[in-house]
Amino acid sequence: MGYHLNFNLIWRHFDKLWGGLVLSLELALVSIAIGIAIGLTLAVIHVSGGRIVRALIGAYVEFIRNVPLILLVYLVFYGLPTAVDISYDATTSFVATLSLYAGAYLVEVFRSGLDAVPRGLIDAGKAIGLTPWQRLVHVRLPTMLRITLPALSNTFISLFKDTSVASVIAVPELTYGAQWINFNTFRIAEVYLVVTSMYLATGYAILLALRALERRFVIGR
Amino acid sequence: MSVLDPSSGTPLLRIRGLEKAYGQVTVLRGVDLDVAKGEVVTVIGPSGGGKTTLLRCVNFLETYDKGSIRIDGEEVGYQDGPRRAMRSERDLARMRAETGMVFQMFNLFPHLTAAENVMLGLVKVRRKPKAEARAIAEHWLRRVGLAEKLDRLPSELSGGQQQRVGIARAVAMDPKILLLDEITSALDPELVGEVLDVVLQLASEGMTMLVVTHEIGFARDVSNRVVFMADGLIAAAGPPRELFGGAIEVERLRAFLSRFGARV
Ligand SMILES: Nc1ncnc2c1ncn2[C@@H]1O[C@H](COP(=O)(O)OP(=O)(O)OP(=O)(O)O)[C@@H](O)[C@H]1O
Ligand SMILES: [Mg+2]
Repeated sequence: MGYHLNFNLIWRHFDKLWGGLVLSLELALVSIAIGIAIGLTLAVIHVSGGRIVRALIGAYVEFIRNVPLILLVYLVFYGLPTAVDISYDATTSFVATLSLYAGAYLVEVFRSGLDAVPRGLIDAGKAIGLTPWQRLVHVRLPTMLRITLPALSNTFISLFKDTSVASVIAVPELTYGAQWINFNTFRIAEVYLVVTSMYLATGYAILLALRALERRFVIGR
Repeated sequence: MSVLDPSSGTPLLRIRGLEKAYGQVTVLRGVDLDVAKGEVVTVIGPSGGGKTTLLRCVNFLETYDKGSIRIDGEEVGYQDGPRRAMRSERDLARMRAETGMVFQMFNLFPHLTAAENVMLGLVKVRRKPKAEARAIAEHWLRRVGLAEKLDRLPSELSGGQQQRVGIARAVAMDPKILLLDEITSALDPELVGEVLDVVLQLASEGMTMLVVTHEIGFARDVSNRVVFMADGLIAAAGPPRELFGGAIEVERLRAFLSRFGARV
């Protein structure tokens, strides 16, 4: 039976894929940056706040973690503008969604990291006369970041892969690029082979970079 | 025998009727203790007797329930006055900076080099410029024999070296009193000497110290006064010669010391 792989049509539209990959990385990067800001802030509030704030943060985390990402994407892009009178383009909408999604996972990572900072280090910070804020900035956060780096790496890679969900609202990232080429060339096997390799290579490159960072920063023992 | 050092009117550290409980468990049951400026007082005693808790209260790493701890006349942890209100965090930090603490498990900041560990308090608490803080850190690290290790991370140092950084970090802040809690008990036996030598040196230079130790020989050598603590109370106290020489008739002390028989 003769299905012959033919990549010519793929190469002709490769700019769609390349541009898609660049956008995927940008989506991931921006969402991770905003997610880190959300996660760090809420984690710090959580470990020092009262019952009510803790419950609110917990509700946010549980909501995000128990609703499929694709549904969140639909909710924010189609649902929210109907409910309240705002409008935004698909890319902005997706970045907002993925940022909130990243934030929820990162709160958990940072919170457990803060809990894992040894008591003795906090005592040592107190003993030299650091104020609570100074202990947070100079002792707890740096120690926590090193404790959580391996977990962070995993979260970042997941978030990069999750950018593919943006294709459902026609954000022209890598998966959407693949679908576009499919639709126009019908070289389905070839497209998915190429796109899979691109996700794989990029994901693996990110992993290697983060592992190098871990070797440099994770506290040796 | 008077608990007050005859050489000065008010002691630097003055503890009266100190009581502390963790939930239902009473750990300190009315401790009275004075440490004069320049004096080295060693606390010995069986495990669980409350030695660590006593030190942690002096630095207000633990709250206490009753009694009073004063350093240079200032109440530790609580505001003066009839109402027992906690000091503000800012005030607590200021007072903690006046007392140095060295921990059993070193507790060095793992992300900072030896020099940076010493510099952190100097820069952030004492508000020294970086260069001056660095010079002070180098001075103290050289004093504890670590001139070669300034820019090493704690994970690159042996236990004995880490503990000497811990001592440098505490004394660099120029504390009024240094609190040492079993600072050699996490070390391999061959590393104990290098750390105790540093402490002996500091003692000979007039550093005021309250030392918890299981090293009876060291206690004998370093102390002006030894305090035997058991069940949350000071059961015996006196100069090392009296305490270790059998002049003080306290059954628990005798039983405790007999375990160290050969070494006293
Ligand atoms: N955070 C805590 N919570 C509850 N109980 C505690 C706590 N810390 C200490 N204790 C209890 O207080 C008592 C005194 O402990 P402490 O550590 O002061 O004794 P110690 O004299 O230093 O003993 P060791 O020689 O073993 O170090 C012990 O019974 C201990 O179990
Ligand atoms: Mg102890």
